[in-house]
Amino acid sequence: MSVAAAIGDTLNEEHKPEDHQRRGKFVPYLLMAPGMLWLAIFFVVPIASLFLTSLQTPVAGGQVGEFEQTFHFANYIDTLTDSTYYIPLIRSFVYSGVATVLALVIGYPLAYAIAFKSGKNRNLLLVMVIAPFFVSFILRTIAWRQILADEGPVVGVLRAIGLVSPTGGVYPSAAAVVLGLTYNFLPFMTLPIYASLERVDPRLIEASGDLYAHPFTGFRKVTFPLSMPGVVAGTLLTFIPAAGDYVNAALLGRPSNTMIGNRIEYTFLSVNDYPTAAVLSFILMACILAMVLVYVRRVGTEDLV
Amino acid sequence: MSATTTTGQSKPPLGFRVRRWIGDNALRFYAAIAFFYLLLPVAYTFAFSFNNAGRTNLVWNSFTWDNWLNPCGAPQVCPSVVNSIIVALIVTVASTILGTLIAFSLVRYRFRGRASTNLLIFLPMATPEVVLGSSLLALFLNIFVPLGFGTVVIAHIMFCISFVVVTVKARLASLDPRLEQAAMDLYATEREAFRRITLPLVAPGIAAAGLLAFSLSFDDFIITNFNSGQFTTFPKFVYVSATRGIPAQANVIASAMFFIALAIVLISQLTGRRRRVV
Repeated sequence: MSVAAAIGDTLNEEHKPEDHQRRGKFVPYLLMAPGMLWLAIFFVVPIASLFLTSLQTPVAGGQVGEFEQTFHFANYIDTLTDSTYYIPLIRSFVYSGVATVLALVIGYPLAYAIAFKSGKNRNLLLVMVIAPFFVSFILRTIAWRQILADEGPVVGVLRAIGLVSPTGGVYPSAAAVVLGLTYNFLPFMTLPIYASLERVDPRLIEASGDLYAHPFTGFRKVTFPLSMPGVVAGTLLTFIPAAGDYVNAALLGRPSNTMIGNRIEYTFLSVNDYPTAAVLSFILMACILAMVLVYVRRVGTEDLV
Repeated sequence: MSATTTTGQSKPPLGFRVRRWIGDNALRFYAAIAFFYLLLPVAYTFAFSFNNAGRTNLVWNSFTWDNWLNPCGAPQVCPSVVNSIIVALIVTVASTILGTLIAFSLVRYRFRGRASTNLLIFLPMATPEVVLGSSLLALFLNIFVPLGFGTVVIAHIMFCISFVVVTVKARLASLDPRLEQAAMDLYATEREAFRRITLPLVAPGIAAAGLLAFSLSFDDFIITNFNSGQFTTFPKFVYVSATRGIPAQANVIASAMFFIALAIVLISQLTGRRRRVV
């Protein structure tokens, strides 16, 4: 049921040999060969191919979309110094960072309520968390368009209480994009946090109370630290896809809200400037990997990755 | 001294209880708002499947059953749904088999290269979809593979494998290995023990992984958009027609899928509970 929880487990896997594990010479390799080959050919090789593409230059006198391999590393410098590319890149990280924080603020209490306050309804509530996935996410994003439209309910309320000027709106805007990102990845935040909260031994929380800790202190010193693996997994599962997303920016934002994903899609599929698009993809991947490493170090869960 | 302690235990001070009640119910209230946020777009999608929409289904016009009675009424909706279902079925079968085999070898065997195998499983899930999509497109362009149905299936199997592995692995790791040993103590051969003990116990995990692969493939847009060429899936159809106006029939299809998926999950939950009781 909770994939995100399982992914969290993969992240936290302890590498202890277990006695029921057999030492295999050929069998394990045979079993996993087809799947791993698939991943090698269609994940690893494409990344290498993307790297090669990022070093291509247009064929002199060729047509649009014709490139030759020249190992032109200057593509990276040209792209990184071009404000039409680095600004959407920075914007992507700002939007996805804000969306991740919002998803944590919404998702943590939600996960906590499901783990500790739901009683018999726990499974039903978990189904309700994943239920949005059963509707095409593009249609759900378009539903936000309707909800946030000028004649929709949200803008009416915001205008009435004066948060938005009488002629102002919410869609399209940066706020709508961030709201859409938060919405789309909220279950990815909630489920891993729920999974680690569910594993917290309630006796530990009771013990903190027995030792005269205020319930909030108990939460801060016992429950929250024990849920950290879920928080780390949830923030990564929200931040990474949100940073690369372009559907929300395309459907809920203005052209001035484009994210790096929109740039990659446009450059690749509409302009057919494959090398620049490949450079952008590579930079996005490198930035995300760097941020993930720093984050995981900083948070200090040494059993991660 | 001891008397005050016992009364203190059986009945906490009133202020504490009041604060605790507020705390508990504030959390419930907060969770209710979060659920409202999660499910509001689902409700909208469902409601607008009954809209008597003209060209665009963005504004409520009037109630009608027509869209539900005539789900293929708008051009391209049903062909794209059929495409998506065919792709998702192939992807489900292939990625579930490939991923389950990997999960078994990872949980059941100790071998050299386990850590790097785990890393290779994890990386596709940690890579943004644009990067997965654009890198595959770069490969297909560099070796001149025509885009279409085949490339979409290849791409979907690739990103579904990892999710199948983690789902089946979680189930396998929670199995008690002594069950299989007990079967073999009772003179079952290794193969029999696997077929009659292990496989039935892992089956729910494999089924969950298959359902997950189906829904991931059916709902994928970004990777599909990069690698599909002229081939149209349901999410791609919806995205492309977003500028012109999405027919209400798309909402009908999405709502129907929602209720089918919900029914599958709820039924599996109910039967799972019954099995646990017996």
